[in-house]
Amino acid sequence: METIRKHLNLLSLFAVLYLAFLYVPVLLLPLFSFNDNIYVTLPFKGFTLKWYSNLLANSGLQSALWASVKVGVGVAVFSTFLGLLAARAMTRYRLPFRRSLYALIMLPLVIPYMVIGVSTLVILRRGFDMDLSLWTVGASHVLITVPLSMLVLMARMEGFDRSLEEASRDLGDTAWRSFRRVTLPLVMPGIVSSLLLCFITSFDEYLLAFFLAGSEATLPIFIFSSLRFPSKIPDVLALGSLILMVSIVLVVFAEWLRRRGVSGSDSSVI
Amino acid sequence: MNTQTATNPAVGDAALSARPEWLDGLWLIVPTLLIVIGMMVVPLVGIVVVSFWTQTGFNIEATWTLDNYRVLFTPEGALYRILIVKSLWMSLTATIAVVLLAYPMAYFMAFRIERAKLIWIILLTVPFWTSYLLRIFAWKVILGFNGVINSGLKAVGLIDKPLEFLLYNPTSVTITLAHAWAAYAVLPIYVSLEKIDRSYLEAATDLGDSKWKRFWRITFPLSLPGTIAAILLVFIPTVGDYITPTLVGGTSGIMIGNSIVTQFGKANNAPLGAALSCIMMLAITLAVCAFLAAIGRKRLKAADL
Repeated sequence: METIRKHLNLLSLFAVLYLAFLYVPVLLLPLFSFNDNIYVTLPFKGFTLKWYSNLLANSGLQSALWASVKVGVGVAVFSTFLGLLAARAMTRYRLPFRRSLYALIMLPLVIPYMVIGVSTLVILRRGFDMDLSLWTVGASHVLITVPLSMLVLMARMEGFDRSLEEASRDLGDTAWRSFRRVTLPLVMPGIVSSLLLCFITSFDEYLLAFFLAGSEATLPIFIFSSLRFPSKIPDVLALGSLILMVSIVLVVFAEWLRRRGVSGSDSSVI
Repeated sequence: MNTQTATNPAVGDAALSARPEWLDGLWLIVPTLLIVIGMMVVPLVGIVVVSFWTQTGFNIEATWTLDNYRVLFTPEGALYRILIVKSLWMSLTATIAVVLLAYPMAYFMAFRIERAKLIWIILLTVPFWTSYLLRIFAWKVILGFNGVINSGLKAVGLIDKPLEFLLYNPTSVTITLAHAWAAYAVLPIYVSLEKIDRSYLEAATDLGDSKWKRFWRITFPLSLPGTIAAILLVFIPTVGDYITPTLVGGTSGIMIGNSIVTQFGKANNAPLGAALSCIMMLAITLAVCAFLAAIGRKRLKAADL
C-alpha cells in the first residue's frame, strides 16, 4: 500500500512540474507586457499599461491582425465545408481506393511546411506568374487545415447511429433534408471544433505566409519582423497577451456551451 | 461492381437507379481532392522539376542538370551535408525529449485522473493558444544574456557575469522545440492509453504480473500507436523548422531550413533551394521508413493510422 502511494505521488509531482514547464515561459509574456521597460529583461521596473494603449496607435499591427483574422475566418469556413463533404464521403460511402484517397488528403500533415511553402512559391511565381496576396496564403492554409477538419469530422461521424438517418429517409425526407435535419445537428460539435482548429492553425501559421504573402503582412509575419527590433517587442507582447486571454475565454465558453448541449439533448446520441 | 451494390443491403435507392452509390460519395470528395492536387501535388512535382534546372543570373533556365545535387558531394557542399545531418540529429533529440517527457504526463492523465479529465486536457492545451512565435521568443527571454535565468542567478549572487552558453546553440533549440511541440506528443499518447481496455490490466494483475511487468507487457505495447504517431508528429515538422533556429539558434544552431530560405532569398538560387528541399524530404522519408522498419511490420499493422 505504501509503495502505491509513493508511486502515485511521484507521478503527480511530475505532472505538476510538467505543467509548470509548459506554463512558465508562456506566462512570462503577459508578465513582461505590464513591465515599464522597453527591454524585455529582469528586474521588473514598474507597472504600466502603456504597451496596451500603444496598440491603439500601432497601425501596422492592426492591419496585420485584421489580415490574419480575414484569412483565418475564410480558411476556417472553407476548410470546414470541404472537410464536412470529404468526411461524409469517407464515412458514408464505399469509395473505391478509399485508403489511397485518405492518405493523399492527410499527406499535407506530414510534409514540412518549408517544402510546401517553397514549392507553392515556385509554382505560383514561375509556373503561373501569379501575384502573391492574402489569397495565396489562404489557399495554402486550406491545404494544411482540410486534413485536420476531415479528421475531426470523421471521428464525429463514425460514432453515430446510421439508423437515425435511415429512419428519416423512410419517413419521406429527401437526402438533403435528412442530412440537414438529422446528420448536421449531430455533427455540429465537430463542426465547431473544426472551425476553431482551422482558424487557430491559420491564424498562427508563419512559414507559408512568409513565402506566399506578398506585400500584405499577416500577424505572424508582423510579429516575426518585430522580434528583431527590441523597441517593437513590448507592443507585440501586449497583443500576444490579449490574444491569449481571448482564446482562454473562448475555450472556456466553448466548453461551457458543449456541456450545456450535452445535458440538454438526448445523451444516448452523444 | 453491380454485384457489390446488390449485396449491400444499405443501398436501397442506389439499387433502383443504375448509378452506383459510391459515385455520390466521389462528388463529395472531389473539391478536397482538387485542393490537394492543385496546392500540393502540382507544386511538389514543380519543385522536383526546378531542382534539375539552372540558375543563371536572375533567370531560371530550363536546362536539365544534376549540378544542384552534385554540389552536395563537393567540398563547397560540405555546409549543406552538415546542416542536413545536424537538422535530423537536432529534431531527433528534440523528439526523444518531447516523447520521454510527454509519456508520463499522458499516463498520469489516462490512469490517475478519474474525474474532470477534460480540465486536464484544457490545461495542457491552453499554453498552445499563444502565438508559436511568442512561445519561442519566451525562451529567448528565459535563456538570453539579460534573461530570466542570468538575472536571477546574478541577483542571488551565484554568478557575477551572465552565462553565455545558455542561448544560441543547438541545445537551446532542442529545449525550445521540446516545449513548443509538447501538446502534439501528449495528446496522441493519452488517446491510445485511454483506449486500453482496463480489464486487460486487471487480468495481468490477477495472473500475477508486477506493476512494471504489467506496464511493459500490456500498457506500453498497446500505447504504441499513439507513441509512434507522437514521434512522427514531432519529428517530421521540426526537421524543416525555420523559426526556432532563427530565433534561438544563433550561428551554431541553424538548420537546413535556414539555408533553404537563403537560397530562395538572398542567395537567389531557387534551383539549389529546390534541390535542398527535395533532399530534406528524402532524408525525412528515409529516417521515418528506417524508424518504422525498426519497429517491425507486425507492430506497424496494429498501429495503422
